[in-house]
Amino acid sequence: MTDITNTPAMEYEAQLGDYFALLKPRVMSLVVFTALVGMLAAPVGVHPVVGFASILFIAIGAGASGALNMWWDADIDAIMRRTQSRPIPSGRVQPGEALALGVALSGMAVVMLGLAANLLAAGMLLFTILFYAVFYSMWLKRATPQNIVIGGAAGAFPPVIGWIVATGSFSVEAWLMFALIFMWTPPHFWALALFMRSDYDDAGVPMLTVTHGRPATRRHILAYTVLLVVLAVGTAFSAIGGWVYLATALVLNALFLLGAYRIWQRDEVDAEADNYAVERKFFRLSLYYLFLHFGAILIEGSLRAWGISAPLSLGWF
Amino acid sequence: MGHQRAAFTGVVLMAIRKEHEIHTRRRGRNVGVGLMLAGFVVLVMVLTFVKITSTDFTNAPGTPSLPAATKGTN
Repeated sequence: MTDITNTPAMEYEAQLGDYFALLKPRVMSLVVFTALVGMLAAPVGVHPVVGFASILFIAIGAGASGALNMWWDADIDAIMRRTQSRPIPSGRVQPGEALALGVALSGMAVVMLGLAANLLAAGMLLFTILFYAVFYSMWLKRATPQNIVIGGAAGAFPPVIGWIVATGSFSVEAWLMFALIFMWTPPHFWALALFMRSDYDDAGVPMLTVTHGRPATRRHILAYTVLLVVLAVGTAFSAIGGWVYLATALVLNALFLLGAYRIWQRDEVDAEADNYAVERKFFRLSLYYLFLHFGAILIEGSLRAWGISAPLSLGWF
Repeated sequence: MGHQRAAFTGVVLMAIRKEHEIHTRRRGRNVGVGLMLAGFVVLVMVLTFVKITSTDFTNAPGTPSLPAATKGTN
């Protein structure tokens, strides 16, 4: 007698949550937050419904590129411990489903953002999706140890798109927010690569830790952090900065620089002795670092909107 | 005879059992997709309303401006 309940096709049927996991919800939450800050920091107001719809479609576009990334990277996701439980390697979703979902949501998000906001914002969203799914996932990630550096741009575009939704154009302030995320990404991911030590090696992804070694990665973390500190503190003196942002940036950047310095000082013997405690702490701090910087930009934008902002200016400018 | 009927009924009930676990799971998924589509329709409707009510159509291309129309009537 055939037991139909045990046929492979009926063993597991993907649920809504499995498809949602394809969209990388944690990355989406960062995209929503930074795009929202980009939109609210702009000097032009947006109708709440238009703003809500725009952020939703930016988030869906980002999620769609995440699904395309998971479709393409299913082979290495199955090897890396950190990604083994993702919907495709765990067998909950078929690769073809992820591809279809990614393409369909990308098209829908770009068209709808064009209708809700403007064509420039839609064009930038399309560029971001292609940059992440094609340029980063399909080419850079497996080709060069600078994958994180260049690929970080994909995650840095959302505040620019948010700004364009409000203003319909580019500006220096939008690119400063872009640069903040762009420069933050390498130290953030390299710290992760240091303590997730065997994952990238096993998968054959040319992370800096694999191609140039761990001491070189530690030096790179410090170098990028120094550049990031200059940029992050300097942003306080732009149109999106102010006293609140400056105070936040000074504290966070001092801590971040200290963390990067400690990472640079250590070697693998020290790191293994305490199970990469310093690297893990730096990684955790990097999450707060970005969130609080953008939170401060949001506060400054709100203060300006209420007319109680005191802009910073350097005496010699 | 009665025993045969009971056995037969049992087989029939097994074969066309209305609620299989897979139906319950599918229902959850279908309701979720349905709600999302309904939300999307409402969003597009509200967005269209906002766009129409906040757009100034008096200077849209192809719309005769007020001075030109006034001239025409003179």
